[in-house]
Amino acid sequence: MALSPRQRRRWSRGAQYAVFVAVVVLVAVKADWAQLQNQFAQGDLAGQLFPDIITVALRNTVIYTLAGFVVGLALGVLIALMRLSSVGPYRWFATVYVELFRGLPAVIVFILIGVAIPLAFPTAVIPGGTTGKVALALGLVAAAYMAETIRAGIQAVPRGQVEAARSLGFSHAKAMRSIVIPQAFRIVIPPMANELVLLFKDSSLVLFFGVTIAERELTAFGRNLASESANSTPILVSGLCYLLLTIPLGFLARWLEARGARSR
Amino acid sequence: MSTETTPEITVTGLSKSFGDLEVLRGIDLDVAKGQVVCVIGPSGSGKSTLLRCINLLEQPSAGTVTVGGAELTDPDCDLDRERRRIGMVFQQFNLFGHLSVLDNVALPQRRVLGTDRASAERVARDNLARVGLADKAEAWPAQLSGGQQQRAAIARALAMGPEVMLFDEPTSALDPELVGDVLAVMRSLAEEGMTMLVVTHEMSFAREVANRVVFMDGGLVVEDGPARQVIGDPRHERTRGFLARVLDPAAAPLESGAD
Repeated sequence: MALSPRQRRRWSRGAQYAVFVAVVVLVAVKADWAQLQNQFAQGDLAGQLFPDIITVALRNTVIYTLAGFVVGLALGVLIALMRLSSVGPYRWFATVYVELFRGLPAVIVFILIGVAIPLAFPTAVIPGGTTGKVALALGLVAAAYMAETIRAGIQAVPRGQVEAARSLGFSHAKAMRSIVIPQAFRIVIPPMANELVLLFKDSSLVLFFGVTIAERELTAFGRNLASESANSTPILVSGLCYLLLTIPLGFLARWLEARGARSR
Repeated sequence: MSTETTPEITVTGLSKSFGDLEVLRGIDLDVAKGQVVCVIGPSGSGKSTLLRCINLLEQPSAGTVTVGGAELTDPDCDLDRERRRIGMVFQQFNLFGHLSVLDNVALPQRRVLGTDRASAERVARDNLARVGLADKAEAWPAQLSGGQQQRAAIARALAMGPEVMLFDEPTSALDPELVGDVLAVMRSLAEEGMTMLVVTHEMSFAREVANRVVFMDGGLVVEDGPARQVIGDPRHERTRGFLARVLDPAAAPLESGAD
């Protein structure tokens, strides 16, 4: 029996739906829901997490992440400009920096900052306490990724934009500042939002510094309370709190992107 | 005509190579104050490169460029300063995509000349009115037609108060029905006495507005003379061949090896 192309597409789509439904049903039937609920969804335990999970843990997550993002952004712009510099040593330094911090796991950078710096410079104090250390560690890692993104964004700005600026009498630096970088930032909004989401999650690595009760962020808070209560509900609630941050961020990024598209 | 006033632009022995490719091979050219000179020639003849060498967007390989008494090819020349006096209009307009039309015209004055915002915006609005875009000040470049974008780009260059304007194929990227408005702006600019060097394929503009027409081919100036003579009665075989193709493309024979 020969099927027409239209009929073949219909059959193929039908089969894809069937597989999807079968997998969902299988997982739903096989999972031990009672056990899961017992371990992860204790309503009264979840209630006890409030308000601290918001006023302390979520707040700290946001502070650590934003501090890291700001340091990473400033450093990332600097490294990106160094990478595009006409001065050889700047380019080499920037390349080595990117390869180094992009290649190292964030955990190792945290451990290095937490352990190696105090050993090497016993009298050195990183300003800002735990927040300062997190900002430095997250910023060092994020800068490597951001530098590459920003460099690509700068190079994606059409050459004619720089030529027009230079022909009007802008110096190279002024053309970069007023014309190229603002347009590059519009181009890199989506990957930057992505980077911010990664930082929200990486801020949990603060636990490698050891944190006081007031310094706990979502993951440390969830783990602590889970072990105190011998139940994993706090972990689940912490996880939902991350989504509370990252999902609106996705919407914000799409909105900014659409707004930027209008003016281009 | 050029003997009556001091040259505003003087180009001597100008050469430019990109790697092994010699694009300009010793150009000599004078443009007197208030003169309008059109540069014509086949693609690849080096006419855009010549224009881009005059404000040093391209670094010449040899030769000198002097504009308004200042030698731009002097290694110690403050190019950013001299470029303020040399407006340039590009084939692709190159309006700043992240700025409104008003800011496109106002921001360069503020950043480069240090003009305060109120004066810069006043000058910007005056110049937008001059090119017929008074009502588009708040628009974004992407909302304008090509012809409107090009006129905004002309206003942006004029707002810096240049003594010389360079036009690099200003109408080549436009739909045919939009060419007229841009040429009209350029014509009124010429009538106001602006010194202009225009790379163009618009022969009627060259014939009617230009004082002089320069025909380039293969990186050299082949013919240089009064507009009516070069276009109406070219001396050189190569000029005649080029003009025949441009003025009546449907009648041109297929050259062997033509692309």
